[in-house]
Amino acid sequence: MTSMTKTSMTKPTERPASAGREGRSKFRLSEKTREALTGYLLILPLFFGVTILFFYPIARSIELSFMKTGIFSGETFVGLAQYKRLFSDPQTWVATRNTFIYALVALFEIPIAVFFATLLHSKNLKFLSGYRVFFFLPVVTLPSAIGMIWALMYNGDFGIVNYVSGLFGAPKISWLTTPYVVIIAVAFVGIWMGLGRSIILILAGLQTVPKELHEAAEIDGAGPIRQFFDVTLPMISPTVFLVAVLNVIASMQVFDLIFIMINPDTNPIYREAQTLVVYFYEVGFIDSNRGYAAAISIFLLVIIMAITGLQFWLQRRWVNYDR
Amino acid sequence: MTAKSRIQTQQQRLMLVHAILIMGSAVMVFPFVWQIMTSFKTSPEALLVPPKLLPAAFQFSAYERVFARIPFWDMLYVSIWSVVVRTIAQVVFCSMAGYAFARLRFPFRNTLFIMLLAIMMVPREIYLLPQTEIMKSLGLLDTIAALTAPGLFSAFGTFLMRQFFMTLPSSLEEAARIDGASRLRIFFEIMLPLARPGMVALAIFTSLWSWNELLWPIVVNSDPSKLNLAAGISSLAGTRTIDFPMMMAGSLMAQLPMILLFIVLQKRFVEGIATSGLKG
Repeated sequence: MTSMTKTSMTKPTERPASAGREGRSKFRLSEKTREALTGYLLILPLFFGVTILFFYPIARSIELSFMKTGIFSGETFVGLAQYKRLFSDPQTWVATRNTFIYALVALFEIPIAVFFATLLHSKNLKFLSGYRVFFFLPVVTLPSAIGMIWALMYNGDFGIVNYVSGLFGAPKISWLTTPYVVIIAVAFVGIWMGLGRSIILILAGLQTVPKELHEAAEIDGAGPIRQFFDVTLPMISPTVFLVAVLNVIASMQVFDLIFIMINPDTNPIYREAQTLVVYFYEVGFIDSNRGYAAAISIFLLVIIMAITGLQFWLQRRWVNYDR
Repeated sequence: MTAKSRIQTQQQRLMLVHAILIMGSAVMVFPFVWQIMTSFKTSPEALLVPPKLLPAAFQFSAYERVFARIPFWDMLYVSIWSVVVRTIAQVVFCSMAGYAFARLRFPFRNTLFIMLLAIMMVPREIYLLPQTEIMKSLGLLDTIAALTAPGLFSAFGTFLMRQFFMTLPSSLEEAARIDGASRLRIFFEIMLPLARPGMVALAIFTSLWSWNELLWPIVVNSDPSKLNLAAGISSLAGTRTIDFPMMMAGSLMAQLPMILLFIVLQKRFVEGIATSGLKG
């Protein structure tokens, strides 16, 4: 590859790059200025798009959250009225509670992923790539498809989940239409769906643990379980922490699974099972109350920032960064 | 412990590991088996108690009902079109900006980069209402252009490419500088080819994300023929009489292209997720 680029460099090209060279004889910009101009040129297309589609919308959402919007009337400034409404709206609290329950249950993905990643990391393990495919299948499957599959399997009357649990003598449960149970049931699907991704990330962390550490521990007479807790876990704790933080942030914003599995048309407890993102969607796009929806989205941002901050505060207690 | 018995315990341990991994794999694969089998059942068959895995006879009627209910081919076209355009745009724009942030010095570089990182941390719900307003004011509602637009630019992709460029050795660039090559040329002819693994990771991440996207498409488009498959099949679920074989047939057809791509490019997918998969 190197030799190819070398030869192509000596040939004259008609790329815009050569235009800059002609310019040199006319203007003689300083080296520093030309570097800066190239930098701005390279980030220009991205910042053009990002300014319109991301920076402006952040400002606009904040503005909207101070407005009252009607479907036919314009916008009127109402100060903090939308936020006052937010705190007195019982549905916000139901949705916030559900969002937290979901994120907490989804956190179980981390120990499960660490467990399977450790097994997949075993010495001399054959068929590794085969297992990897199996655990990865849900990661490359549409969440809306996964929602449908599990809606079928969770069905209270004829679902396979009840059939299997019935074999062990468990009573029939209508998984998706029982309050609280429904959030936990959907969160387990979230775990099932994201597990492969977390395993891959933790496996990558495991591969950086030096073998000598295990050998030394083995000579000291530590068994595999002891080795895991005393050697492996402290070494991979930064990776595990990062995966956990991203997992919480992502699970507080899950929309697809909940939207598909808890269908407003067919699920009688739809409102009791709603999370903040789904409530935001309903207020903003079904009821077209954009001002209030904007306030909900800002509220979600504040919660996510607070949780992230809390996690980084907690990490000092158990994440081991000195290597 | 003798060497022989040590090997024996190690083998027993591996057997146990395999046993657990096989059980885990079964839990991962079974729902898909159930999905496939249900898609070939008749509607009453799908509601049997106790449930049966195999259909009495393999029926294709559920697939016919999918094509009757939703404009499947239009949706497939929208999915593919938006994936291809978004992937190309992100790879181009994010490589350019990523290189600038990794290697070039210019005023406000760090400020601009931190602003980009802020985009990644803000939940996407914040962008949705204003983005819809923008599409509406441009008269783009119910178009593929609107469905594709926000995915053309990615802060996360830029971050990923910047990290990748930072791992490349700077000696090549320095040599080319001495030869008198301009920075733009160095970028296009030397650095870009070297960044291919990073671009592949970004391309895989972007296609997967774009193929799966549900919320933005249903917010900005309502015409079924202008929805991607992820959003399109979701309309199969929203009926009073739930037709599970049809839902399974539709979802199976929608997920199949990505799964096939994954099986073909397995190693690249796994590497791509390991480098880019930090973001849900």
